[in-house]
Amino acid sequence: MRFWKFMATTAVGVVVGLGAAQAETTLTIATVNNPDMVVMQKYSAEYEAEKGVKLNWLVLDENTLRQRVTTDIATNGGQFDIITIGAYETPIWGKAGWLVPFDDLPADYDAEDMLPTVRDALSYEGKLYSVPFYAESAMTFYRKDLFEKAGLTMPDQPTWQQIADFAAKLDDKDNDIHGICVRGLPGWGENLALVGLMANVFGGVQFDMDWHSAVNSDNWKEAVQFYVDLANNYGPPGVVGNGFNENLALMSEGKCAMWNDATVAAGFLFDPKRSKVADKLGLAQMPIEKWNKGGAWLWAWALGVPSSSQQVDEAKAFIEWATSKGYIDMIGEKEGWVTIPPGTRKSTYENQNYLDAAPFAKPTLAAIENASLVDNTMEPKPYAGINFPLIPEMQAINNYLGQQVAAALTGKMSVSDALDDAAANADRVLQKAGYYK
Amino acid sequence: MLPAIILLAIWMIVPLALTIWYSFQNYNLQIPPPEWGGLINYEFLLTDPDLPRVLKNTLVLVFAPIGVTVVLGTLLALLYDGPFPGRPIARLLVIAPFFVMPTVAALVWKNLILHPVWGLVSWLMKSVGLAPIDWFSTYPMTAIVIIVSWIWTPFTTLILLTSLQSLDREQLEAARMDGARSLATFRYVVLPHLYRPISVVVMLETIFFLAIYAEIYVTTQGGPGTETTNIPFYIFSRALQGFDVGLASAGGLLAVILANIVAFFFIRAIAKQL
Amino acid sequence: MSATKKKRQKLLRAIVGWLVALIMFFPVFWMALAAFKTEQDAAALPPLLFFHPTLENFAEMSERVGYLRHAWNSISVSFISTIFALLLAAPAAYVMAFHGTNRTRAVMLWMLSIRFMPAVGVLIPIYLILVSVRLLDTTFALTVIIGLSNLPLVVWMLYSYFKEVPSEILEAARMDGARPLTQLRYLLVPLTAPGIASTALLSIILAWNESFWAINITATDAGTLALAIASFANSEGLFWAKLSAASLASVAPILIFGWIMQRQLVRGLTFGAVK
Repeated sequence: MRFWKFMATTAVGVVVGLGAAQAETTLTIATVNNPDMVVMQKYSAEYEAEKGVKLNWLVLDENTLRQRVTTDIATNGGQFDIITIGAYETPIWGKAGWLVPFDDLPADYDAEDMLPTVRDALSYEGKLYSVPFYAESAMTFYRKDLFEKAGLTMPDQPTWQQIADFAAKLDDKDNDIHGICVRGLPGWGENLALVGLMANVFGGVQFDMDWHSAVNSDNWKEAVQFYVDLANNYGPPGVVGNGFNENLALMSEGKCAMWNDATVAAGFLFDPKRSKVADKLGLAQMPIEKWNKGGAWLWAWALGVPSSSQQVDEAKAFIEWATSKGYIDMIGEKEGWVTIPPGTRKSTYENQNYLDAAPFAKPTLAAIENASLVDNTMEPKPYAGINFPLIPEMQAINNYLGQQVAAALTGKMSVSDALDDAAANADRVLQKAGYYK
Repeated sequence: MLPAIILLAIWMIVPLALTIWYSFQNYNLQIPPPEWGGLINYEFLLTDPDLPRVLKNTLVLVFAPIGVTVVLGTLLALLYDGPFPGRPIARLLVIAPFFVMPTVAALVWKNLILHPVWGLVSWLMKSVGLAPIDWFSTYPMTAIVIIVSWIWTPFTTLILLTSLQSLDREQLEAARMDGARSLATFRYVVLPHLYRPISVVVMLETIFFLAIYAEIYVTTQGGPGTETTNIPFYIFSRALQGFDVGLASAGGLLAVILANIVAFFFIRAIAKQL
Repeated sequence: MSATKKKRQKLLRAIVGWLVALIMFFPVFWMALAAFKTEQDAAALPPLLFFHPTLENFAEMSERVGYLRHAWNSISVSFISTIFALLLAAPAAYVMAFHGTNRTRAVMLWMLSIRFMPAVGVLIPIYLILVSVRLLDTTFALTVIIGLSNLPLVVWMLYSYFKEVPSEILEAARMDGARPLTQLRYLLVPLTAPGIASTALLSIILAWNESFWAINITATDAGTLALAIASFANSEGLFWAKLSAASLASVAPILIFGWIMQRQLVRGLTFGAVK
């Protein structure tokens, strides 16, 4: 019976503990384990000391975080006061009423300083539901030294065909340099992030106006075939296991001649402490092909407050601190200007310190400012979004599609069969969700 | 006495009842509230063109590692049954993988051992002039079976080794005296003795292997395509990546039914031994 | 058999035995090595066997997740959940072993088969229950859930040990007027102690390595080491050394515990079903 006594004491202890914890302000924050957030956690000690609040951190990898936060917010679990979410969740959860809108940002926060495209991506019906911590678009990274040696010039606005031609010439397997590195890891935020862009500029849409999947269209098949050939002919071995992180490692170790990926990668690649190619990098826009829009994505990692939080004001105060001009300046001075959280504020791109340290600043800004969530495909489409549709069923559909693309990439299926299966799956999911009978 | 049994029964029945209830709801976590969906989840599940493949993968992921661990476990048990210098330490090293979390095991194998560029195996293959294999895309199922077998072979070895050590030495000696060769000794004396512990191992491993998910989640995410999607991962992807609670519940019931079928045909056959 | 042949056989056994042991242990060793490398060294090609060891990965781990709290949670959850499961299982196993009908075996198999139901299938219902009783992110909830999910296995193992006890002994005790709980406590438990010990060890290992519930129903208070790992898996930039450090720190306690306890683990397993 001692055991039951123990269990009872534990239970009482937990309840008492919760009561005691609420006496002082404790904020629970869930975030992703990316370096910018780890830095935020480090510097938040200063905020804690200054404001007399206590921050409890839950730092998880991206997929686990997304599952954990979605479960909690959808069941009104109330575990978190501050959550880290992206440009995908914010409008959907804002619509569901799960997030507290940021319609009362103080004047000294200077909300007008926020980049408009990023702001729009984090809004639903004109209301801001999460505040950007850092934002990104995509661009082409290439090795100036290798291009020079081969007598090639990268245009500022390449086409995919040109990229493929360059890759063919620069591929040098004997010296362990691959013509191009691409994302192959299956997942809506991994391989499909790139493939979705390629499909756009090859003239594809993901759904037609009746919400039937169009990934089995000729334009999509052409885009995916191009992607498969490019990756298999000029990519490193094991492309299908490479996501953003793996490619970042490959690129910074000098194993790729080109890489089309997130603008935030520049912060690593131009940092001599973390990259062997910091002084050899050139930048260009993302490639286009038949169509010239929708070739680069827009993504933001943002901080939001669930409606279930009991401490909305305190949570908002922390978020305002972590996304303020003052925070960016502090990180710039203490950690180095190259590593500040980019892509959120106009003032960042007017800061001479940053412009001097970061040769990628201007192209990043241009890419983010040009990325639009609507009116970006050759044919009309019923959804908002660039490389994925902003609908609640997206993850189910695009993770499956990502797996099918990976199957095509490894040669387990033909491109055509893989996309036919993916289209059938998407139609089944939307039919079940009641989009049509 | 009774309270414990009632509690046990509640634990068995409450989740099952909840799962049955939700399996009739059309409930996507991101689009509340739940609605009555009738048989929609079952219909979707049973007409899923991937279902046969998923069932097949589930069975492969049960039987392949069982085969590997039983054979390897028996060999290792025979190896460590005989004395040699440092045997206690060698034995400790062999059983270590069993204590490693499946997630950690999968992460280590994926990133440090089998990775086609940075992995040690690839480096070894390259240094002897072979092209490195991209395990998780070329032989995804094999790679997962390797990881699972690595974790569970020590368990099999440990049990069979213990059993071997309780084998009557005099009986063995007698067999040797009769001039039986070692293969014959193994066939007619050792193997019958191991039959029961092997049954136990097979039964326990069936339980655990039917529920394999961490190794898949960390390495292949069920792919490429659906090459390594088993039932637990299928449900996982529908529940926590698609947030379709109704469908995940229907899948959960399917898993229980399948488990019962396996239990009926398979465990029963060997359960007589227990 | 000649002495030289015997000697040669022993040598061969030693070589193969050690080789196999080293191969089996290698991934753990390699992970442990990477834990003391810098990120650059961990990603170096060719792989480095000799390098300047560093403790910075462990420092970063404890800064980010608080190692001691997670370790304490792992210890308390795995031990208490095991005690909890044993206390519930013993009476049930007693009834099944000594007052069983011909259905008992079927019930047992059915119970085990419930364990096959992937946990994710009941996550949302259980999460909703925990929200309504305000037990999210508590070691109490995690302990109960893990204890209950190991319960079928514990019942089955105890059942097989109790079955081994000759029923005449119990019969005699019953004649003397011993009630079931008394029989259990003074007869069955002492008689099957090695079996119970190995069941407990298995349950502790399983609870320690359980990651699904730890990740999905705990947050900052009750998280175990399995949750801490998720802070280091797959982050932007190089992460293998930090991941290895977190993994080593999470695996080492249970590994050492397992090594110390391996004799008990084995003794029990052979006592009952495995004899």
